[in-house]
Amino acid sequence: MLVAPLAAGREASLRALLVTMNATPGTADPCNAVLPFAAIERLHFARLVVLDDALQVDLDTLGIPRPRLPTVLSFMGDCDGPAHEVLAELVQRAGEGLRRIFAHCEGFGAETDVLAWMQAHDRPIAASYVNWVGRTVRQIKEESALQRVLSASVSRAPVNSAEQARALHAGLRDLVNGEVRAGRLRLTPPEPTPLAWQVAKIAHLLAVPLVGLLALPFLIVLSPLLVYLLRTRESSDPEICPRPQASALAELQVLEDIDVSNQYTAIGAVKPGLFRRWLVSALLVLIDYACRHVFTCGFLARVQTIHFARWVFIDDKTRVVFTSNYDGSHQGYMDDFINKVAWGLNLVFSNGVGWPRTRWLILGGARIEQDFKRYQRRHQVPTQVWYKAYPGLSLHDLTRNQRIREGLENTQMSDAQTLAWLRLL
Amino acid sequence: MSTRTVEFDDIQGLLRFGYKHQTQASFLLLQVKEREAARAWLASVPVSSAITADPPPDTALQLALSRDGLQALGVADDIVNAFSPEFVSGLGRDASQSRRLGDVGANAPEHWQWGAGQRVPHVLVMLYALPGRLAAFQQAVEAQVASAFDILLRLPTSDMDGIEPFGFVDGISQPRLDWERTRAVRDQEQAAYDNLSCLGEYLLGYPNEYGGFTDRPLLDPQRDPQALLPRAEDRPAEADLGRNGSYLVLRQLRQDVHGFWQFVNAQVGGDAAQRERLAAAMVGRTRQGVPVVTSNGDADAGKDLNAFDYQADTQGVRCPLGAHVRRANPRNADLPSGGPGLVSWLKRTLGFDAQARERDRVASTRFHRMLRRGREYGAAVSIDQALSGTGSASDTGLHFICLGASLARQFEFVQSAWLASTRFDGLRNESDPLLGTREPTADGSPTNEFSMPQPGGPDRRVCGLPQFVTVLGGAYFFLPGIRALRYLASTRSQGSP
Ligand code: HEM
Repeated sequence: MLVAPLAAGREASLRALLVTMNATPGTADPCNAVLPFAAIERLHFARLVVLDDALQVDLDTLGIPRPRLPTVLSFMGDCDGPAHEVLAELVQRAGEGLRRIFAHCEGFGAETDVLAWMQAHDRPIAASYVNWVGRTVRQIKEESALQRVLSASVSRAPVNSAEQARALHAGLRDLVNGEVRAGRLRLTPPEPTPLAWQVAKIAHLLAVPLVGLLALPFLIVLSPLLVYLLRTRESSDPEICPRPQASALAELQVLEDIDVSNQYTAIGAVKPGLFRRWLVSALLVLIDYACRHVFTCGFLARVQTIHFARWVFIDDKTRVVFTSNYDGSHQGYMDDFINKVAWGLNLVFSNGVGWPRTRWLILGGARIEQDFKRYQRRHQVPTQVWYKAYPGLSLHDLTRNQRIREGLENTQMSDAQTLAWLRLL
Repeated sequence: MSTRTVEFDDIQGLLRFGYKHQTQASFLLLQVKEREAARAWLASVPVSSAITADPPPDTALQLALSRDGLQALGVADDIVNAFSPEFVSGLGRDASQSRRLGDVGANAPEHWQWGAGQRVPHVLVMLYALPGRLAAFQQAVEAQVASAFDILLRLPTSDMDGIEPFGFVDGISQPRLDWERTRAVRDQEQAAYDNLSCLGEYLLGYPNEYGGFTDRPLLDPQRDPQALLPRAEDRPAEADLGRNGSYLVLRQLRQDVHGFWQFVNAQVGGDAAQRERLAAAMVGRTRQGVPVVTSNGDADAGKDLNAFDYQADTQGVRCPLGAHVRRANPRNADLPSGGPGLVSWLKRTLGFDAQARERDRVASTRFHRMLRRGREYGAAVSIDQALSGTGSASDTGLHFICLGASLARQFEFVQSAWLASTRFDGLRNESDPLLGTREPTADGSPTNEFSMPQPGGPDRRVCGLPQFVTVLGGAYFFLPGIRALRYLASTRSQGSP
């Protein structure tokens, strides 16, 4: 995630430029003249967000000094393969547009090397979640085209026997083969994961538990103290959950519910003190670990509607930015959060200033419905430009289309599997 | 927090009764003309409470106020703005909200007959009467309000004997309110769907299913020197203006009965039995009210028409996933069911149970219930008339009314995330078969289909559904407790103390 402070007096002009990139409020025109996102084949999602320090007033409420933070531009994307390659491609294809944008930032001049500058402003990601690790944009688009052809051609008369089901399957295979030969459909075989990635993944898989194991004796010894520190804080940390301004809410809602997916960007200050700082850092390491090794195919605990999500520290770990791309309405997303994974939200966000009161790190908090809903809306920031490479497709579609393809290519399915496969169409 | 008993004398009857005996009803939409006179009338108008009366009263009057109404009465801004944000911003004034609710295309507020622009009602007066008693009652009330209010519109209703205009029995399923307050007030995962619902889901000022309270104005008692208002249950130091009140949604929904039956008939080539079956699949109940998930469409007389859920039909083979009643109330628990024991629970909670995940796209119905109190209007049209294009040419439809303590989490959620959603429970290219606008999505995908999963093979799909229901108007109201109504009518609610 790129984070760069704006040059003095340039915010209005930047905002005006960002608006020109959109087709509808907040949603990028995929072929806009500034950053033609669609030209970057490996890009799933991207966004540009202006982040200010308005919420730092909460520090005043707590009676702790409030550092003045610059307004920053943040740029982030989710892509297939190594990020630096995609970034280089972006610079190559849209260097001029990037220059126009970053010219609004501090320290960016006519001679600045865009790629180097972008890399210099990159912030490490504390934790990131990918709904289905390894599912590429190309795969998504090809499988969607496949699904459309199959759903349009399959006979919808009731299927009465296994032979009939098998014949349907075989017929559709022939149809698709013909379409592929005619060049109307493409089904690129998956690319093998590069060896370096696999090695890095295994190293990460082992390293984190190893560190944990080393730390364990200390944690055990310290546990009474840690519990004490946590519980005293939990019972006294102030909750700051006023209702967001109606105008701020309206500004967020204008951007929502245009596509089946929506974007979410939020920012908040980490509670002061080393305890919270270390706790949230450690928890994000664990969450990142779980996202990388456990929640890799279609679900983050009970939530099956998040495409990508990430947590990034900024301003020397005093603030955290959270972003996600999710399916369905905002109200539905929040209700999922409360009803399905409130415990998970509490783990991380209860370390943020003002979060509704938690107990034992996972109880309460987001389950305090009204406070939580006000809190998250108040901390949400409008996303000025948002890009999604496959409008109209939800995660449910992506997973179903993937299963359609797998079933199509599988000639060894049992009768029950063949029937289940037909039902996907 | 003490558990206080329920103050039935302060609650408007509509929260407890559907006024079924009072088959005649009429709704008046008023705008304040003379503030003082309006206050004076509101301060003394007899409003029927939730105390049971035997025999049922000849007439009953219920009363609700919109945000514009509170402002027109001179209620202080800070009080008005302490109601929930959805109530404060109202219905039909914000394009984002219209998009969410499906108030687009023919449903768009700019086409509404009332509820938008200058035609926002201030006060909704609901009149209910035993057969033959309405005309005189309505005349008397209209005479009383004449000097204080302009009558923006009269919404007459028709007694269709419990059957909505398309021909289906309506009003079968309602949540059961926990009037005895036996349901424990705590935030606890519910392992089964239950029709019993905490009072705070419908009545402001009572704890809800989360054990919390939804938005309503709480006042410094100094602003209520006559102590008209009850004290807040969660904050006894404050006076609760919301207590015993509710939010009320009124939407006038015109139903194209001809269009509905002619479309269904054309799909089945005119076969009467199949026509019934397709229409029942779209609603999720037969015309007699039998849930299609429990039967193959035959009327099971004497059966509890509300004792069912969809657990045994996860694929939607018996009741399509997109059927109106299944979208409106998917009847599921907080967590998909599974084996006993902690391990199974943990697996389901952490998402590791693939089968549970399949059933987990929609969950926790208990936070999205509503009390429906709508009434039909216009002339009934029989199916034969509909098919032959005869019968009354006047508008027919539903004055949809629902009550709840959270507009956002109940009406708006059900309307947008469930009924209007083109992706409800993993579906595609369709929205509610009765209510859908059929407007294509932003990426151009159709929304005018209806899918019926079959035991073998691909879904059966009906395509090209036209729009059957059109929104003609609507507004959000606050249905106050009776004491709160008197308080709002008093001069004390103006300005700061
Ligand atoms: C003209 C429009 C409508 C028609 C013709 C209609 C028709 C019906 C019918 C026939 C039933 C079955 C009877 C029952 O279960 O009690 C029903 C149930 C229901 N409808 Fe509608 N409806 C309409 C609009 C709406 C709207 C706008 C909503 C909500 C926003 C809604 C929410 C419900 C709910 C919650 C149920 C009960 C489902 C259950 O608990 O199983 N309906 N409707």
